[in-house]
Parts: sequence; structure tokens; C-alpha cells
Amino acid sequence: MTIGGTIEFIAAFLVLAGAIMALISAIGIIRFPDVYTRSHAGTKSSTLAVLLTLLGAFIHIAAEQGFYSVRLLLGIVFVFLTAPVAGHVIIRAAYRAQVKMSDTTVEDELKQEVERMKKNAEADRNERGEIINEEQKEEKEQQQ
Amino acid sequence: MPLQIILNIIIAVMWMFLSESYTFPSLLTGFIIGALLLFMLRRFIPANFYLYRVWKIIKLLLLFVKELLISNIDIVKWVYKPKQTYYPGIFAYPTELKSSWEILLLTSLISLTPGTLSVAVSDNNKIIYIHAMDIESDETSIKEIKETFEKAIMEVTR
Repeated sequence: MTIGGTIEFIAAFLVLAGAIMALISAIGIIRFPDVYTRSHAGTKSSTLAVLLTLLGAFIHIAAEQGFYSVRLLLGIVFVFLTAPVAGHVIIRAAYRAQVKMSDTTVEDELKQEVERMKKNAEADRNERGEIINEEQKEEKEQQQ
Repeated sequence: MPLQIILNIIIAVMWMFLSESYTFPSLLTGFIIGALLLFMLRRFIPANFYLYRVWKIIKLLLLFVKELLISNIDIVKWVYKPKQTYYPGIFAYPTELKSSWEILLLTSLISLTPGTLSVAVSDNNKIIYIHAMDIESDETSIKEIKETFEKAIMEVTR
């Protein structure tokens, strides 16, 4: 096998592996029981899928046309920076909206913390739901 | 660290002026010579030699790519098992990291590593709540991985 052929094979293999990872990610999103476990498949596998596909495209274009597309590399960097943050924000919003976890879930240490925060937030508000300042807070406590 | 980089660039530009050839190779030569000079004079410079930190960043990146590959193999295993044999849950992980960008880095790394996903950070930035795919079998091993990450991040930032 020539060097060009080997490079072409590597590029094709990377793109194929990326496509397979994307498929697995999609199957995972269908098969997993709740939003939290689905988010696992959504963030990790699709990030790797995008990484492999873009890397394969980069190698292919560099070998075929001798053009080094830095934009593809930048695309990889940006996906890496944004995908975990997006996953975090979505799962956090889901938790705050009290989306139920699957029945097999065994442990939840965040529950107490959220309840405590809710209590604090209620203490900071008056009957109409407006945020109150320190003096008003003391007044409210005295009333109680 | 910024001071050292600026010093190194100044030395590189100086080298360009001295050799009177304004090309990229001469800038690179000057940069290497500047790095060598800074390495020899590292006792007089505040903080560590900065290329050491660059090396740590590269190591962190390699660790990260390795963990990403392992995590995807795990996902494949979970997806193709006919029955659900894992028990997801949320556990609290106390962290020693202080500044917010260190915590951002740690939560991002957690989200892309085997079986874990960061759900929330507590108000005082001391506890990270992590959703684990299989909490029964490997809570200790997960914590070990996190500690290696935390150590690697600390080596980069301090």
C-alpha cells in the first residue's frame, strides 16, 4: 500500500468510526430510561462522533488537495468547549424543573441541597412573591 | 507566567534585529534561544519556568482524550446490553478548586469522562453534584478518576 493510500484509509476509517459513534449515540438516546442517562449518550458520544468525522475530513482534504483547513480544527475545538457546557445546562434545567429520575435510580444527594435553597428563597420573598431586603426580612421573622 | 512569555517574545524580536533577517525561521531561532536563556535564569524569575506548565497542559489534554475514548466504549457497552444492569444516581463530590474557571474546566472534563455528568455546582463553589451512570459498582473508582483530574488541573494553574 502506498503512503497516499494509507492516509486515505486512515481518513476513511475515522469518518466511518465517527458515523458509527453517532449511530450509537442515537440508539442510546432512544434506549436509556430517563433524561439524565440520555444526556450521557447525547454529550459524550456525539462529541466524539463530531471529533472523528471532522478529523477524517481534515486529513482527507489535506491529502487530496494539499489544503490544510484550519477551520475544521477550530470546529473541533469549539465543539469540545461547548458540548459539555450545553449538556450541563440542559441536565441542570431538567433537575430544577423536577423531571423524574428513572425507577432504578438509587441515590440522590442533590435533593436536600435544592430543598434547602428553596427554603432560603422563600424566606427572601413576601406574600406577593417580591424579593425583600434585610429589614423587611427581620420584620417577617418577627411576625412569625 | 505572562511576564515570562513577553520576555521570551522580546528576546526573539531582539534576535531578529541582531541577525537582521526578518523571517519566521529567525524569529523561531530567537524564540528557542530565549526559552533557553529563561530556563538558565529560572532562579531569578518569579513562579516556575513557563514551558513546564505548557507541558502540563499537553499532558492534561492527552489524559482527557484517553478518558473520552474509554467513556465512549462504556456507552457502547451500556447501549448494547439487552437488560438494564446499571443503577444511576447523583452523588456529591467536594472539590478543592477555587477560581471559577478551574471549576468550569473540571465540570467540563467530568461531563466528557466515563459514566459521569455534572449536574450542578453548589452556591459556595465547594461541592459539585455528579450524575453517575452506574453508582453502585464504581463510586470509589469514579472518585479516583476525578482526583487525578483535579490534581492535573491544579498542576496547570498553580
